[in-house]
Amino acid sequence: MNLHSSFTYRKVVDRGMALVCALFFALAFIPLLSVLWLVISKGAAGLSWSFFTQLPKPVGEVGGGVGNALLGTLFMVGLACLIGLPLGVGAGVFLAEKGDGTVGRSVRFMAEVLSGVPSIVVGIVAYALVVIPMGHFSAIAGGVALAILMIPTLARATEELVRVVPASLREASLALGVANWRTSIRVVIRTAMSGIVTACLLAVARAAGETAPLLFTALNNQYWNTDPRQPTASLTVAIFNYAISPYDDWHAKAWTAALVLLIVVGLLNIASRVLTRSRLKGAR
Amino acid sequence: MSPAPAVQIMPPEKPVPMVSAPQQQPPLAPEPETPFKVEVQDLNVYFRANHAIRHVTLGVKPQTVLAVIGPSGCGKSTFIRALNRMHDLVPGARVEGRVFVDGEDLYARGIDPVLLRRRVGMVFQRPNPFPTMSIYENVAAGLTLNGIGGNHAEIVEHCLRQAALWDEVKDRLRHAGTSLSGGQQQRLCIARALAVEPEVLLMDEPASALDPIATAKIEELIHELKEKYTIVIVTHSMQQAARVSDNTAFFYLGELIEMGPTAQIFTNPRERRTEDYVTGKFG
Repeated sequence: MNLHSSFTYRKVVDRGMALVCALFFALAFIPLLSVLWLVISKGAAGLSWSFFTQLPKPVGEVGGGVGNALLGTLFMVGLACLIGLPLGVGAGVFLAEKGDGTVGRSVRFMAEVLSGVPSIVVGIVAYALVVIPMGHFSAIAGGVALAILMIPTLARATEELVRVVPASLREASLALGVANWRTSIRVVIRTAMSGIVTACLLAVARAAGETAPLLFTALNNQYWNTDPRQPTASLTVAIFNYAISPYDDWHAKAWTAALVLLIVVGLLNIASRVLTRSRLKGAR
Repeated sequence: MSPAPAVQIMPPEKPVPMVSAPQQQPPLAPEPETPFKVEVQDLNVYFRANHAIRHVTLGVKPQTVLAVIGPSGCGKSTFIRALNRMHDLVPGARVEGRVFVDGEDLYARGIDPVLLRRRVGMVFQRPNPFPTMSIYENVAAGLTLNGIGGNHAEIVEHCLRQAALWDEVKDRLRHAGTSLSGGQQQRLCIARALAVEPEVLLMDEPASALDPIATAKIEELIHELKEKYTIVIVTHSMQQAARVSDNTAFFYLGELIEMGPTAQIFTNPRERRTEDYVTGKFG
């Protein structure tokens, strides 16, 4: 009898807790869904091929696009990747493999502090480091600012990913007579690779969505630009400019540009899924 | 504990029971006065202040199986990991004494532990196939990672057959190594260790994570491998030691208490502590 009642009690608590979890899940989902819904409902109308390929047009003129901003974002994120991915992943691997000494501890501490620095501060730093010496705004400055943002988070993520590779795999490789460094690269990092690729793409997605560090590094540009020394448009700054304008026409464009940015970030996430899918059958 | 080291050396002249040892195989040890394939002299292992292995001296003859038994924490694993210098990687670990393989001191200056480990292979307690590699790649890993050429396909098949796994996996060599069952994974790891053609095979409780059927397969395998390899196996199971080994070494609190032919250790041990352990009075 007692056993029965306690069993019923457990079942009730189980159901109750499951319900609470579902409720919180739904609550957490509301902001996400509302963002998607707002951006799609307000931005989808303006989507057209020309929006991706054309330059922005002056106020009042119909049409025009954010082609240069899309290109600029890809260009600067590409630059940031060139600088940030090797440094971030390299630092992470160093921390995981050799990070137990004084150097490792101080690097880890700095990475932790840096990953908490607001992006606008990173923008100021890039302004002082690159814009002032060059004398003008440039894509390089924007790329550097984004790279500085990427490096600390990427380093910490990579370190964690390499550290969770079981020591038994390293031992297995060493027991086969494989040299230490080769074991690190071919077995340990190889095993962590799918996670590292995901971390990289998330860092890239985050960089693509940054506005603050670009405002006074890359500034903006009304025209196509592929010269890294010139000011360059970006989607985020374009959204910012359109959104703060007093024109309804431009507000619509801000929504559409925001949708384009969401699409870019979404594609990056899908790419990370595809890239990290195991090529082996029956892999877990 | 008495401060005097408990040292037991197998008398070199004493014939070792060799079950179905092939006669066409020439003896691998060169000098007649050192017939041991693996010889350990006054081995000490420290983890910082902890003296984990104390003055161990023993020898293993070629193509025999030595079982290392003893209660948990007695240093069995620590001992066999000293035989292929796996302690090099552990911060704070220090090894003193000498370990000879074919008369060559592993801990002498100028010995490259990387090259050494190709001669002394190891199978671990838990199966640890490389998760990013297929079954085929796992077996060939020691060759590809070391840049060793040759007919990999042939070697892989040969090693998988030796590990009694070929028939079970020949149709899915491209599947993930981790897709196999635990017992199959362990045989895969044995095949992987065999592919680099070691002379000595160290097995650290290779069947402890396996069910009885898989364990029986591994033990059968050890019997077959003995014809080519010298094997040192750590085991928790005294029955297993009795089934697979020619000689047994009993470790207790980091010391080698007694070593001798397996039958003698289990039926007529010289030491009281050995008797207590093998009869189940402690451990």
